[in-house]
Amino acid sequence: MAPRIAGSAAEAVAGIADGSTVMIGGFGNAGQPMELIDALLQGGATGLTVVNNNAGQADEGLALLIKERRVAKIVCSFPRQADSWHFDAAYRAGEIGLELVPQGNLAERIRAAGAGIGAFFTPTGYGTQLAAGKETREIDGVNYVLEHALKADVALIKALHADEKGNLVYRKTARNFGPIMATAATRTIAQVEEIVPVGSLDPEHVITPGIFVDTLVRLRAAATPVSRQKESA
Amino acid sequence: MNTEAPLSKQQIAALVAADIEAGSFVNLGIGQPTLVADHLTPEQDVTLHTENGMLGMGPAAHGDETDADLINAGKIPVTELPGAAYFHHADSFAMMRGGHLDVCVLGAFQVSAAGDLANWSTGAPDAIPAVGGAMDLAIGAKQTWVMMSLFTRDGVAKFVDTLEYPVTGLGCVTRVYTESAVFLLGPDGVRVRSTHGIDLEELRARVPVALATIEA
Repeated sequence: MAPRIAGSAAEAVAGIADGSTVMIGGFGNAGQPMELIDALLQGGATGLTVVNNNAGQADEGLALLIKERRVAKIVCSFPRQADSWHFDAAYRAGEIGLELVPQGNLAERIRAAGAGIGAFFTPTGYGTQLAAGKETREIDGVNYVLEHALKADVALIKALHADEKGNLVYRKTARNFGPIMATAATRTIAQVEEIVPVGSLDPEHVITPGIFVDTLVRLRAAATPVSRQKESA
Repeated sequence: MNTEAPLSKQQIAALVAADIEAGSFVNLGIGQPTLVADHLTPEQDVTLHTENGMLGMGPAAHGDETDADLINAGKIPVTELPGAAYFHHADSFAMMRGGHLDVCVLGAFQVSAAGDLANWSTGAPDAIPAVGGAMDLAIGAKQTWVMMSLFTRDGVAKFVDTLEYPVTGLGCVTRVYTESAVFLLGPDGVRVRSTHGIDLEELRARVPVALATIEA
């Protein structure tokens, strides 16, 4: 089924229930779907479990969701940054749960969920605090830790362009978690700068096939850098 | 080659760069290791990997080149070189974990004689924990090299028999580059490749690790 095309960010995120697990794309601010997060904040959903590489920067996007205490728990690899003050305050006050995951394990757990894999053995983290209490196994002389798949109710991601079938192309390092999160959520909502007619994207260039995308919303970047205009022309 | 004076950070970076084989795929960790990029020559044809999803990373971006969608693992705007490739996070860490990168250069709080690495947490009780890609980087590349100061401000060696800080990866470090010495780590123990501003006798007195020389 072709994805639903929402008329606004608010319409795109409508129906996200309290207590949902929400994957949010982006590495730092690159690829972070700011407008969808703002709409989620305005929609009032609370008690959320958020999966993201970080825990918000400065006073925008995910950071505001944490500031308003809508996030009960965050699953991430790198919460502590110079401008992660809203997370820092919530964490020190004991008002947010943290599951710290090595970045590659985070990515692979998401990928596994989308690929129907229940768990996998990874060498990353073996012998460290982050593997404490987890099952381990030696395979061909290498020690591995069992890590479980990580899925979500909703994924909010950002891509550059979509076609009306939901096929997505991304831009540079803003791709990061988008393609894997799209596969791992029951409902994937993608914000894009342009929705083009079917047949306009070269099938060889599609990164996320439309089968993984449920809702699209076109949101033009507020201030487009010169280099981006050139790139997307 | 031994020198009379300790090495500067740039001299350490130059040494590391010179040791990277031509044609290598390399990840340079955040902090001191990023200096290595300045010393790689075009003839070396080294391809830099950044774990947020790019091979063929160029130098830091300035002015009009700055693009919010093109950043490195430290979230600094960078540039792309001809032949660059972008990929998602799972592919990026598959590249690393799967042993496809030749060298990863990292900073460290401590390294043990067995090649155990501590660089993600000081273990301070009030600290907010953050790990990022440190554990993946430590164990993923074919070779993991460390750049660090050999001594703390209090003069205590950071190259140790057993780690005191929380582990990042076990048995993963094969070389340690410091201002005072370069160490090669292997199954037969630790060898000193060069000394800088310190002689072997003093090095042995101050570093609590059995040190052989390169000829031994």
